[in-house]
Amino acid sequence: MTENYLADVQITPRAGILDPVGETIASALGNLGYEDVRSVRAGRLIRLEIAAETAQDAQTAVESMCEELIANPIIEDYLVTVRDVEK
Amino acid sequence: MRVGIVRFPGSNCDTDMYRAVTVGLREEAIFLWHKSHHLEEVDVVVLPGGFSYGDYLRCGAIARFSPIMREVIEFAKAGGLTLGICNGFQVLCEARLLPGGLVRNASLRFRCHNVGIRVENSDTPFTRAYEQAQTLHIPIAHGEGQFVADNETLDELEGENRVVFRYVDDSNQTTLEANPNGSARNIAGITNAGGNILGMMPHPERHSLKVLGNTDGLGVFESLLLAVSERKLAAKPIHEGKMVGTQ
Repeated sequence: MTENYLADVQITPRAGILDPVGETIASALGNLGYEDVRSVRAGRLIRLEIAAETAQDAQTAVESMCEELIANPIIEDYLVTVRDVEK
Repeated sequence: MRVGIVRFPGSNCDTDMYRAVTVGLREEAIFLWHKSHHLEEVDVVVLPGGFSYGDYLRCGAIARFSPIMREVIEFAKAGGLTLGICNGFQVLCEARLLPGGLVRNASLRFRCHNVGIRVENSDTPFTRAYEQAQTLHIPIAHGEGQFVADNETLDELEGENRVVFRYVDDSNQTTLEANPNGSARNIAGITNAGGNILGMMPHPERHSLKVLGNTDGLGVFESLLLAVSERKLAAKPIHEGKMVGTQ
């Protein structure tokens, strides 16, 4: 029996790679008086609905998709979080 | 020489490339449709600039899985001469035919102007018509041309003379100001280890006709013509005459 899961993939520039978008946001926040912001990394979120036997299977499948297409591990880090679809 | 120019949905420098080859160089060029699985016996494959698949997900990420890329990757891995300009460079990196990747310009701006680039290695199939350390003036037009790679990869590229072009100023120096996108070590173009695949952000095809006011880019295509002629000569069987008499 498969169930549907929601998988969120957070993609951010790899550590050490310049993130001009994040830096611009950080600088704008500084201008607005949010002086406690130490750094900002800007990325994107990709949400998939996926059928799998277990949450672990969904996790493994989405991680494999990330390696192949969703992220480019040479320039990006990704984090996959799987949860049940709320009924 | 027969040049195959791949057309992805969103390619927009394909016709410029066609004119550079057919008018600038007076050689044959054909278009290769992204859904095709045939390279039509071309000597050189070109992945032109543009916004393939709308640059969705990442520049070049979807184009990499186009039907024709199976044959392009096969061709390139077998030593076929492969040139990727701008979006084509991004596709080559996404296909892992070239190391590193291309990300948003450090300025966050789309940069569209002429830049100076220095020929760092004139001993490649793409640059032999140029002098070593010659400066070329070539247009760029990109928002995501910042070349990034880890230090180990950058050292390897430099150690193996695989950095082919670098952004330079009017004095031929690799200054910060001369770098239009924040690329690591001012890198504008690199080759693979085999030397048969070149990716570069600047557009040589846009400076390849007199009518365009500058022909600095034509050398890339002249170099390819030399390389292809040489390869064809080398591939030709040599028929030696029978030795007559005694030595």
